[in-house]
Amino acid sequence: MIFSSLAEKLQDTFDKLRGKGKLTEKDVKAALKEVKMALLEADVNYKVVKDFISKIEERAVGKEVMESLTPGQHVIKIVNEEMQELMGGSKEDIAISSEPPTIIMMVGLQGSGKTTSAGKLARKLSKDGKNPLLVAADVYRPAAIRQLQVLGERLELPVFSMGEDSNPVDIAKGSINYAASHNCDTIILDTAGRLHIDQEMMEELENIKGTVEPDEILLVVDAMTGQDAVNVAKNFDQRLDIDGIVLTKMDGDARGGAALSIKAITGKPIKFAGTGEKLADLETFHPDRMSSRILGMGDVLSLIEKAEKSIDQEKAKALEEKLRKNEFTLEDFMEQMEQVRNMGPMDEILGMIPGMGGAKQLKNMQVDDKQLDYIEAIISSMTPEERRDPEVINGSRRKRIAQGSGTSIQEVNRLLKQFRQIKKMMKQLNSGKMKKGGGLNLPFFN
Amino acid sequence: MGFLQRLKDGLKKTKEGFVDKVTNIFTGRTNIDDELFEELEEVLIQADVGVKTTFTLIDKLKDDVEKEEITEPEELMQYFQKELKSLLQNDEGGFNFDKDLNIIMVVGVNGAGKTTTIAKIAGRYKDQDKKVMLAAGDTFRAGAIEQLQIWGDRLGVNVIAQQEGSDAAAVAYDAVQSARAKGVDLLIVDTAGRLHTQTNLMEELKKVKRVIDREAAEIKAGVEVLLVLDATTGQNAISQAKLFNDAVNVDGIALTKLDGTAKGGIVIAVKNELQIPIKLIGVGEAAEDLQNFDPDEFIKALFSSEE
Ligand SMILES: Nc1nc2c(ncn2[C@@H]2O[C@H](COP(=O)(O)OP(=O)(O)OP(=O)(O)O)[C@@H](O)[C@H]2O)c(=O)[nH]1
Ligand SMILES: [Mg+2]
Repeated sequence: MIFSSLAEKLQDTFDKLRGKGKLTEKDVKAALKEVKMALLEADVNYKVVKDFISKIEERAVGKEVMESLTPGQHVIKIVNEEMQELMGGSKEDIAISSEPPTIIMMVGLQGSGKTTSAGKLARKLSKDGKNPLLVAADVYRPAAIRQLQVLGERLELPVFSMGEDSNPVDIAKGSINYAASHNCDTIILDTAGRLHIDQEMMEELENIKGTVEPDEILLVVDAMTGQDAVNVAKNFDQRLDIDGIVLTKMDGDARGGAALSIKAITGKPIKFAGTGEKLADLETFHPDRMSSRILGMGDVLSLIEKAEKSIDQEKAKALEEKLRKNEFTLEDFMEQMEQVRNMGPMDEILGMIPGMGGAKQLKNMQVDDKQLDYIEAIISSMTPEERRDPEVINGSRRKRIAQGSGTSIQEVNRLLKQFRQIKKMMKQLNSGKMKKGGGLNLPFFN
Repeated sequence: MGFLQRLKDGLKKTKEGFVDKVTNIFTGRTNIDDELFEELEEVLIQADVGVKTTFTLIDKLKDDVEKEEITEPEELMQYFQKELKSLLQNDEGGFNFDKDLNIIMVVGVNGAGKTTTIAKIAGRYKDQDKKVMLAAGDTFRAGAIEQLQIWGDRLGVNVIAQQEGSDAAAVAYDAVQSARAKGVDLLIVDTAGRLHTQTNLMEELKKVKRVIDREAAEIKAGVEVLLVLDATTGQNAISQAKLFNDAVNVDGIALTKLDGTAKGGIVIAVKNELQIPIKLIGVGEAAEDLQNFDPDEFIKALFSSEE
């Protein structure tokens, strides 16, 4: 990875100030410096970052640190909440006209992915039971019409074109009649890529808009866009009053800070994300995932949320009690594990933990779903007595357990060793350092 | 509007509101203070120079201030320009063809401007009475072959193509053979746009390069790989350059779409981190909108704004 993870940096910053009750101005400033760098590295516009950071600072200073979180995690939580709010809460769909046809117009810079996105959208709409018509209104780029026609053939959907000698406004107008006579209830206009400062070409879009009055104007933006995203979005929005954004090329490794900039500048929702070259690669946009991606910290927040949701609070309390009294058994171990598993597949959960997103690290991790299956099998092959007090498990018992669980003695040994380590760790934590259940409620991942 | 025109207009506007943001930072104040560095940071970042390069530059300047005991902002500006230029030094721009047959393989992410840049290069050398040939190596994207063929027709340049979906390496092979047989001076091979993170597609690109290298070696043709970067791109350009370079050894960069408002400052970081020279800039969609990279002009444009 090119970008060092924000979560790791924040960890360093906050290691120095563990255990404080309130976020002081100094703490917050130190943390936000790292957040600022992360945002800039993700291509969020400089001015947007500046505004954003000062807003967070206002909100965070003096805040009581939440019980279950470290100060660093708490700042991230606030950052993330603000980001999600900024990027819009829930998903937003396309406006459907009460009177057909619904007209969708795709606009954007050259090479941003309009034509492909038009095809993807047509596919999605047709899957949703609509009858879309693709309209080739890019008469400038050589073979642009042909590109759309090929996509139409692949999708088995109609494509309307009038060749490249016609005026895009006439083409758009013509497509309405064509749609009516061909039973199409949705029109998707693929317009030519253009620079936002090209007056003549921007006027052309205004004319198309004025003539056919689209229900939905979507600005297509490349996720790799840098600082200029604000200028592009501002201009297109001022001219056309766009309805939403399609963020393309999200399958790459760009952090996609442009998404935040554009939302901040236009206030318009990001509706779809393009995630590949295939026509099926269009997803509804998820603001929550995007903020973690921009921050470069895996889905750490989703993880925290998931942990909060799927871990039964009652049981957690009981467990804490047991931990305190050092009565933690293999039975509890298994129960905890099941709760963790409720959160989803192991690799997915691990992928959400900062610094573990890289595939390489995942491969080195000893815990995968299979491993958990083994552990579960081993523990279920124990007698209740053995589960409560693993110390009684001698050589012959080990052999029996291994056989009963279909594993090996080495695996049984490894589990017992891990369990001993965990207990030891618990003991240390109980002996003072961890007063209020700090950190995540996931002892096995610490 | 062409880049030259823009530059000319720009120079004209110097008197009437055309702003050189950097000059403003250094001349508009009497002291070298934190605010100066913060403003510089803002200008550099907004030109997409990138966080790392920006802070390296600023740290260097702060060192200069201390070591050289600089007190005048205007004196510091000279240091700034020197540091910045040293990052882009030795970039002459353009190509240096010295073989009977020279082959350029053009690579880049989707929509960067590869095909258009190929047309522009072809147009330039056609005008210099060179015998130019194009190879339609993008056999993947719908309409890509036709796109190149239309350019070929417009420019009066031969295009070697197979069907959509055929093997790109086979197209490249055919093209080299044909170029050799027809005594072509310059063969330009188009490739499909691909994200640098798509390992299988990068493997395919390596294969195309291997075939070209092998065939070129036999007839002592020159081969160079040109990476096309979109000036609108932010930090991701570094990752693009790294991975394309790892895969096929990039010899030079063409920076496209500089006719917009994006500054393309990320090439400074790319140059700084990977030592890949910038050769060409694209400043429009027409065949003539191609220029050799010029560090001085580039830096000038980097910090200009119309306000
Ligand atoms: N304004 C402007 N547009 C450009 C420039 N270079 C290319 N374009 C436009 O960008 C769009 C994409 O260019 P292409 O040459 O098709 O890009 P490509 O990299 O070959 O794209 P794929 O083959 O789809 O990966 C076209 O609309 C071009 O006209 C430039 O310098 N300035
Ligand atoms: Mg192309």
